[in-house]
Amino acid sequence: MTLVDNEVRSGSVSLLAGESPPGRRTDSVFRSAAALAAGVVLLILGLILVTTTRNAWPAFAEEGLSFVTSSTWDVAGAAFGTLAFTYGTLVISAIALLIAVPVSIGVALFVTEMVPKRLRAGVVMLIDLLSSVPSVVFGLWGILVVAPAITGVYTNISSALSGVPVLRTVFSGAPISGRSFFTAGLILAIMITPIITSITRETFATVPRAQKDAAYALGATNWEMIRGSVLPFSRSGIVAGVLLGFGRAIGETIAVALVIGSSPQITQRLFSSGDALSAVIANQFGESTGTYQAALIGMGVLLFVITLLISAFARAIISRAERRIGAESV
Amino acid sequence: MNESRIARRGTSRVALTASAAALVLAISACGGGSSDKGSPTSTTAGTKLSAATLNGSGATFPQAFYETTIAKFQTVQPDVTVTYAGGGSGKGQTDLAAGLVDWAGSDSTVKPEDAAKFKTPFLYFPTVAAPITVSFNLSGVKSLRLTPEAVAGIFGGAVSKWNDPLITATNKGVSLPATDIVVVHRADGSGTTANFTKYLTKAAPTSWTLGTDKVVNWPAGQQAGNGNAGVAQIIESTQGSIGYVDFSDADFAGLKSAAIKNKDGKFVAASLSGASAAVAGATLNADLTYDPLDALGATSYAITAPTYMLISTTYGDAAKGNAVKGFVKYVLTDGQDLAGYSGFARLPAKILSAAIAQLKMVKVG
Repeated sequence: MTLVDNEVRSGSVSLLAGESPPGRRTDSVFRSAAALAAGVVLLILGLILVTTTRNAWPAFAEEGLSFVTSSTWDVAGAAFGTLAFTYGTLVISAIALLIAVPVSIGVALFVTEMVPKRLRAGVVMLIDLLSSVPSVVFGLWGILVVAPAITGVYTNISSALSGVPVLRTVFSGAPISGRSFFTAGLILAIMITPIITSITRETFATVPRAQKDAAYALGATNWEMIRGSVLPFSRSGIVAGVLLGFGRAIGETIAVALVIGSSPQITQRLFSSGDALSAVIANQFGESTGTYQAALIGMGVLLFVITLLISAFARAIISRAERRIGAESV
Repeated sequence: MNESRIARRGTSRVALTASAAALVLAISACGGGSSDKGSPTSTTAGTKLSAATLNGSGATFPQAFYETTIAKFQTVQPDVTVTYAGGGSGKGQTDLAAGLVDWAGSDSTVKPEDAAKFKTPFLYFPTVAAPITVSFNLSGVKSLRLTPEAVAGIFGGAVSKWNDPLITATNKGVSLPATDIVVVHRADGSGTTANFTKYLTKAAPTSWTLGTDKVVNWPAGQQAGNGNAGVAQIIESTQGSIGYVDFSDADFAGLKSAAIKNKDGKFVAASLSGASAAVAGATLNADLTYDPLDALGATSYAITAPTYMLISTTYGDAAKGNAVKGFVKYVLTDGQDLAGYSGFARLPAKILSAAIAQLKMVKVG
């Protein structure tokens, strides 16, 4: 990047030495404007982190490590342990990704590889429309429609799996109101599907024609071509899409606050009510004061840290995978 | 009454949406209310006040009452604009402490350590009171009589079946099933929770161990809803459930509520007159705070919650100060007649006159 820049610049300098080309100034203005935009974003991000950490400090100082390791959230007793909320956040995000990722990749492949060109725009528009639905609408739909209707389904699933070890526990429990980890995960899955779909779709669309034709020329079927040409080429794009979807899922507040059930507990039973970091912040911030409020702000910091860690983890995996592919092809 | 009931329905229909929307925005738009019928009957606010804008925020519990009152007040004093943004008692207190608002609503008194944060000293003005119902949904059961110990047992998790001896003892002749009790509480931090748990701490000190606050450490596995409307919705749709809901939301959802044994040993059902009786039975402190929970009196409803308006003792801007005084006076006089419309109980005359007298302590200009 810089190498190319330098070459271009030195070229233009030698060509137009002595003159002041009008394009030069625009170029440098653009360069500083872009740098400023990037810098402002980083600055805002940094300021948010600094301010929230500072405001959360009383809680961190008072609770110490038990802020993250304890699951006792007792405002009256001034005990602020957030483990049960972190657990809930991770569980519902995982459920959402497990459901949304296969569906999104399927939709994206369908749109890029199978739908006739004239229908494509319509299908894409409909999926994108889903992402413009406000999350509170998903939440209200979740408590008023999905939760009451889904309890029967949950009961059927848990009785069907009552003989299977492990799954027996995971899908057990008497779903009372339908507000549970699983319902929250389900609603989140619907919310993040358009995001993952649109990113992966864009990536699939950039696979070179030649690469696909090469696969077909070797006698590959449609699926073999997708598996051999499209998916490996799009790996980092898929991961980027999944990460964006995860970011939306982990930070989603209103919809989760409405459907998760707000009953903090650490349990393997996905049909039980739980609670999540973002939901607790939204529900309890209005009436909080002092250390209690600091603890809620601290949960925001915690969400930030979790997102960073998972994002870094995913990037590490992908860069390792790409190195391996590089090594193989040499 | 009929008309106002319908109007109330109109606002309550969106109550659930509103409680969700309140999550999105800490500062919600100030409510309009429907008040363009007829001219004001009397003008106790007296002389016409000069133009001023009074911003308020705080407790959501009395929000419906304040919105109705504000709308009526503005027909009397068209030059004064009053807003009420809700956000919770805690927010009202910190906003007033920081001087961000001109008045605040609060269900609770300010904690001593927070009182020092106020830029100017403040005064409490009790405005209305309201019963907190213990509402239930149990097919075949029309009425229920509960002792404070039974309520504490149910919400604390010790009583888990409907046919527990603690419940059957006071409900002879009612056939109670051996099914699980589904307890519904508030998911959000709430003055209603604070008052309900404060009542249990006071009335059933040995059975209630969870303490009192805006959020308590509820036993795992209970259900939780957002706002009173959210709790009411869960009770309405869940067989075998019980929860605490403010009077107007329980009334609107058509929930059945239990009669609670009061301090005089009488079982009294939740009603506005029961709440007024409880307020009359409570002791008024020098700063005009009072505790109507578990109050004396044969007709007192045991779980009655107070709510206050907080204003500063000094207003530098004369127009604003006079407007604040005028508005508070209006709430304490004509406003009391509006309380019943939104499901609140008016205060007894002795408290109202003490509050009006306290207005003299507010320095203006």
